[in-house]
Amino acid sequence: MVDEKRLFGIAALFDTPDEILHAAKKVSEAGYKNYDVNTPYPIHGIDKAMKLKSSKLGYVTLFFGFFGASSILFFMWWTLSINYPLVIGGKPYFPLPAFVPITFEFTVLNAVISTFIAMIAIVFNLPFNSHPLHDTNYMKNVTSDKYGLVIESEDPNFDEYRVSELLKSLGGNSIELIQNPERKAIKVLEPKFIIFLIIVAGITAMSTWWTLNKFMYLPPWNFMSNQNKGSAQAESSFFYDKHEMREPVNGTVARGFIPYAFEGVVDTNEFYSNPLLPTKSVLALGQKKFLTFCSPCHGNYGEGVSRLHGFFPAGPTLHSARVIGFSDGKIYNIITNGQNGIMPSYAYQITRDERWAIINYIRVLQRAQNPKPTDFSAISEINKESGNASN
Amino acid sequence: MPQTESSINYTEKTYYIKKELPKSLSTLGFTLLIIGVILSLISYIIDPARASFGYLTAYIFLLCIGLGSLFLVSMEYTAGAVWSVPFRRVSELFASSIPFLLLLIIPLFFSMRHLFAWMNPEVVAGDKVWQARMSYLNVPFFVIRDIVILLVWWLFYHLIIRNSRKQDTNLDQKLTTTNIKLSAAFIPIFGFSVSIFSFDWLMSMVPKWFSTIFGVYIFADAAWVGFAVVTLASVLLTENGYLGSKIKKDHYYSLGTWMFAFTIFWAYIAFSQYMLQWYGNLPEEIIYYVHRWNGGWKYVSLILVIAHFIVPFLFLVPRNSKTNPKILIFVSIWIIATQYLDSYWLVMPSMVNNGFTYSFSLLDFAFPIAAVGLIIVLFAAVAKKQNLLPIGDPKLKRSWDFHL
Repeated sequence: MVDEKRLFGIAALFDTPDEILHAAKKVSEAGYKNYDVNTPYPIHGIDKAMKLKSSKLGYVTLFFGFFGASSILFFMWWTLSINYPLVIGGKPYFPLPAFVPITFEFTVLNAVISTFIAMIAIVFNLPFNSHPLHDTNYMKNVTSDKYGLVIESEDPNFDEYRVSELLKSLGGNSIELIQNPERKAIKVLEPKFIIFLIIVAGITAMSTWWTLNKFMYLPPWNFMSNQNKGSAQAESSFFYDKHEMREPVNGTVARGFIPYAFEGVVDTNEFYSNPLLPTKSVLALGQKKFLTFCSPCHGNYGEGVSRLHGFFPAGPTLHSARVIGFSDGKIYNIITNGQNGIMPSYAYQITRDERWAIINYIRVLQRAQNPKPTDFSAISEINKESGNASN
Repeated sequence: MPQTESSINYTEKTYYIKKELPKSLSTLGFTLLIIGVILSLISYIIDPARASFGYLTAYIFLLCIGLGSLFLVSMEYTAGAVWSVPFRRVSELFASSIPFLLLLIIPLFFSMRHLFAWMNPEVVAGDKVWQARMSYLNVPFFVIRDIVILLVWWLFYHLIIRNSRKQDTNLDQKLTTTNIKLSAAFIPIFGFSVSIFSFDWLMSMVPKWFSTIFGVYIFADAAWVGFAVVTLASVLLTENGYLGSKIKKDHYYSLGTWMFAFTIFWAYIAFSQYMLQWYGNLPEEIIYYVHRWNGGWKYVSLILVIAHFIVPFLFLVPRNSKTNPKILIFVSIWIIATQYLDSYWLVMPSMVNNGFTYSFSLLDFAFPIAAVGLIIVLFAAVAKKQNLLPIGDPKLKRSWDFHL
């Protein structure tokens, strides 16, 4: 049965938009204030018929819009102009035009989200997440094809009998008494529990902070991270120039790095010998680097026919008796330091190992132009083997 | 009850009896026009180069008003809008300046040597960039394409407005359908041609400057000031009973919303153009803004930001202000004045590019006085022969019942 204390309001359904407009007008003329109209789609003129005042929700939007704009501007000003000033693209420390798009986005975001939250907070009476009209027969109808009006019991003029009679006289049908749902207090939101949560959170936070910042630095712990040392980017209180980061002592050699003693010395009588054996992988590396760096001028086979069609002086052939007579070390020196002022230094393009590999590959090219009789028998043997293998 | 569609023979003549506009309106228009023309002639005698820049400012202003109003008419047809039907004739009256643009452009063609640096053969000969551009920016092609564009606008104006007026007497619904098709064709053509026209007359004043969004900027201005003049006239006419008795405040709402929307649209476009060029800081691009920041122009630019965006925005934000006749009248007058300032700001700083120095002169007021006078004269003259309501429009009855 209907519980008087829990009565939310009395609802009626109407069949056409004109009827609901008429009903809303009459209800407001009868002096009711707390009533609402629900329709499947917006009806033009309903707010005038209901004598609705303009919504106050706009002020929430306005306030949070301004709040969003000013807070993001403050944030960008503080981070980019005060706390860590950066010159970006030669612009001033406070480049307002660059901040405008972000300010705009943040203003809209803030205004929209806060309006939405304010709206559901007012309609649902947060923390509750439903409305008494939900799950009623009335709501089922007004969300499909009927137009509904509900007068709430909070209205000072509310009287169950007179309201039902009024709605009936206006042509409303399926008059429905709508109950407030039994709203049990939400246990999670009880003050005791919330205070308990706050205390637990406080204790956890304080003990975590104390453990990580104080307790772990007491003896006997002795962490490597916590030692007297310079940090690369930090300011030094010890060195005169205030840099913690020091330059290496003159003559320092990096690990795994063998310096070339004749760097920049073009004509020298002392040479190194090739540390690499002409294995398959070394020759493959040498071929790759030769084709990349040497072949544009010296030709793909070292024959001195350039691919540059005269746009750059062609390199000499590598098959002359003079080049064949060069020691590996001399060729290495030429690659490293350049020669005759025309061939530049390749020290920065080609690594040390690659240079030696290229030299091995040049030797192969030279041998291919001037083979020894034994080479032919070796080749035919290799061909025979591979022929057998393929069979 | 579902609203019955109005029948073909339906007229709203019972609600509307044509009232003549007061004589004082055309007197005012003629006075302003004559004063303006005399002052313009004086300024032309004093300094023809300076006067041609002032003339271009006024021309751009007139162009924005005429095109913006025609755009509103074609928008109404294309969108099938109901609320704006009672105000359509007002937009059509303002669009009647479009045929005059064809006449008024002739003096501009004769003052091109003052306006454009590329008209000087010595400048062009010394610069490869200019030489490359001469295939597009040469006088015959320039003149022909701008006349063609004006003719196309005039053609659409003529067809759409003729059909609309015919409907007053023959009540033919098919004319609405024809106009919908014409309007749908006009809108893309308008968007394209207004870009070309603004590139020709405004962008080519600044050597080597380019901005692809510039046509949209002029479009935003045109639509903005078009809605402002229509709002001003509609509200004044309605409040004084010239448009019949059935227009409610609800009809005003969308006029205010249009002005509000295009206030924001202009700000969006103007800022997009500014921010990209300010950030890129390339010499050929930034020179446009440097000229508008040097000396006193700095304050004009800042005033433009406030007057063109912030003031109308704040006035039109509240819902009630869009239905308040007083606020609408104030804001639309504000917009019209600001639009002239914007045209001034677009044209005048470019004087520097052609070797002139700019200094403010009171004779600059001659051209806006003449322009405003011309619009009032045209409005009053055309309104004399026409109904101020499209009484044959099939949507008119539904429009009376419009509410928010």
